Amino acid sequence: MAALGVLDSANLNGGQKLAVKYFTVSVALFGAQVLFGLLAGLQYLNPEFLFGILDFSVNRMVHVNAMVVWLLFGFIGSVYWLLEDESGVPVVGLGFGNLIFWIFTLAVVVVVLVYLLVQVGPGEKSSIWLINEGREYIEAPRWADIGIVVCVLGFFFNVAATFMKGKITGIGGVLLFDLVALAGIYLAGMWFTPNISMDQHWWWWVIHLWVEATWEVLVGCLMAYGLIKTMGVRRKIVETWLYIEVALMFGSGILGLGHHYFWIGTPEYWFTIGGFFSALEPIPLVAMVVHALFDAGHHKLKSNNNPALAWIIGQAFGNFFGAGVWGFMHTLPQINLYTHGTQWTASHGHLAFFGAYVTMVIAFFYIAVQKWRGNVWMSGNLVGAWKWKWAMFLLWAGMITMTMALLIAGYEQSQIERAIGGSDWMAYFAAQSHRWFTQAMFWRQVGGWMFALGFVLLVWDLMTIGKRETRSTYVIEPETAKAVA
Amino acid sequence: MAETQTQALWWASEFFWRKMAIWVTAGSFVVLIFLTFDTVKQITAGGKRVPAYSVINHRVDYVFDEARNFQVPVIGAEEPLFGKKLTEEEAEALVSKGKLTTQAKNCMGCHTLLGNGSYYAPDLTKSWLDRSWGSKEVREQSMVDFLMDPTDKLHNSIGRRMPNLGITEEEARATVAFLKWMSAIDTNGFPTNFQPIDQADAAPEVAAEAAPAVEVAADAGAVAAPAQQ
Repeated sequence: MAALGVLDSANLNGGQKLAVKYFTVSVALFGAQVLFGLLAGLQYLNPEFLFGILDFSVNRMVHVNAMVVWLLFGFIGSVYWLLEDESGVPVVGLGFGNLIFWIFTLAVVVVVLVYLLVQVGPGEKSSIWLINEGREYIEAPRWADIGIVVCVLGFFFNVAATFMKGKITGIGGVLLFDLVALAGIYLAGMWFTPNISMDQHWWWWVIHLWVEATWEVLVGCLMAYGLIKTMGVRRKIVETWLYIEVALMFGSGILGLGHHYFWIGTPEYWFTIGGFFSALEPIPLVAMVVHALFDAGHHKLKSNNNPALAWIIGQAFGNFFGAGVWGFMHTLPQINLYTHGTQWTASHGHLAFFGAYVTMVIAFFYIAVQKWRGNVWMSGNLVGAWKWKWAMFLLWAGMITMTMALLIAGYEQSQIERAIGGSDWMAYFAAQSHRWFTQAMFWRQVGGWMFALGFVLLVWDLMTIGKRETRSTYVIEPETAKAVA
Repeated sequence: MAETQTQALWWASEFFWRKMAIWVTAGSFVVLIFLTFDTVKQITAGGKRVPAYSVINHRVDYVFDEARNFQVPVIGAEEPLFGKKLTEEEAEALVSKGKLTTQAKNCMGCHTLLGNGSYYAPDLTKSWLDRSWGSKEVREQSMVDFLMDPTDKLHNSIGRRMPNLGITEEEARATVAFLKWMSAIDTNGFPTNFQPIDQADAAPEVAAEAAPAVEVAADAGAVAAPAQQ
């Protein structure tokens, strides 16, 4: 065993060695997301910036695609991380899993290079097969779609075979079920039709059912594992909560899909169904807050990994506010008619993706780095703790600044462009040139720079945390039923 | 003591919530499948909500409907796009080419279509009916010219421009067909409060009553997209 505080893969099990590879690529793509977000934001302030070289459409596409892929890599890494712990056996087919990782990473690099260097193609089928599909979030060309499905199936094979061979815990069972849905739903977005109503109808199956259903359940599993690992919360409690969350999440989220079917040509009954069920979507997020806070309070915030716990608690709040409150605020059709397609959506999107997913993946980065350095001390009086605290503060403060600025811009658009103006192009530009909008874009950029600074600090911290630490972390005694009573 | 009590509460038990999770998920999914069958039927091109592609042979308008309490597309007299009447198959091929072009050029990277996409450039749902094209007579050609070489054309007062995406004339005409067809989709009144371009045949009526939008736009000094002649 290597010395304490040294990054050594001998400290990790097989699945975890693969996990840290996924995490590494994940962090790099997180950086790409931040960089291209900054460029796109700057173009709002100065439209001539990089015009004709890296147009807004390219920067924005890389910004959102990098996000989808880095979160996916983070999730896959997190699942490999917990796989051997949960199942009690080594990963089945680990060599295959490694191969899949390299193929996946190579494919992502090629896709991004084509986005940046080729950008657009002629109006032929070959363009959507080879360059980009031009459909927000899933712009990846068709060959890459097929590759993604193959990689996710390979990943699923690892997970399923390992759980089958070992034991299937509650977390494992939910995870398996969720991954089937994750891979299956992606297929709904993989075909061309001239009918844009039909196109967007199925496109939302992928976007909504991934982001507002299967991803939420996935982070529910990760939170369950995280709480057990960092604080020793009793499995029975965690898994019961997980089932409650799944019931509420799928119960509201599956039919909540209807809130995307108000304006795309789909029938009017979606007003009622979408409005009602999407209004229920915050409820499971409240459950997650109660659950995380109750457990943390019950354990008097005593954890063996303070940064991870802080990010998990942050996840509970971020998910509730970003996905829950910010989503609810404009999900009813009477309001959505005025906010749909404005910066309102961007405000919600930023806080929701950050609050629900980024936070949880970062928590796993910290869980990973602790063990990678030989289970170093990461509780109170941690050497150099200012770094993780400042990184966390800057990322949150930057995100909240961006969210609030975009929200103001969204309000202004709803009012000037939609309510007062005639929702046409003249009204659109009237709103875009309004001072309230331009000021909001300035402050969004300020938030972006804060966030970028936080990201740099986060990476520095992940590379150094625990390095000079000489104490081992303490062993968490699994809580018994008696202790609770 | 407390522990025994917890065990006894059926509604707080792991068993109950596992069953609940399975049934709620399965139930919601079954309902979704049924609704999906109906929705897909209703949004297939050629139905009441999503018109047949040959709708591009007709005038498309966007008129307030008292009963539904929002604006709906109204298909009017024959008014073939580019003056050439197409069969259903020809129309579908053209719209399809246009849709493919919007994807290959990543229009959604800046614009929204049916309100979905990016917010850097205006929504295209009713772009066919936008007053910025000037008049009905010059609209088709203005759109084609703009798509093929937008960079130096008049855009707006805030300096945002559309880059030259290498759109050919064939692609531009197909894109216009797609945009015209899209403007005929029944979107439940989105975008709201929209003032369409004047499409009357006879002596042009007095321009539609000036909407507040015009004043706001004038105040802000914004000039909306390509009203070039």
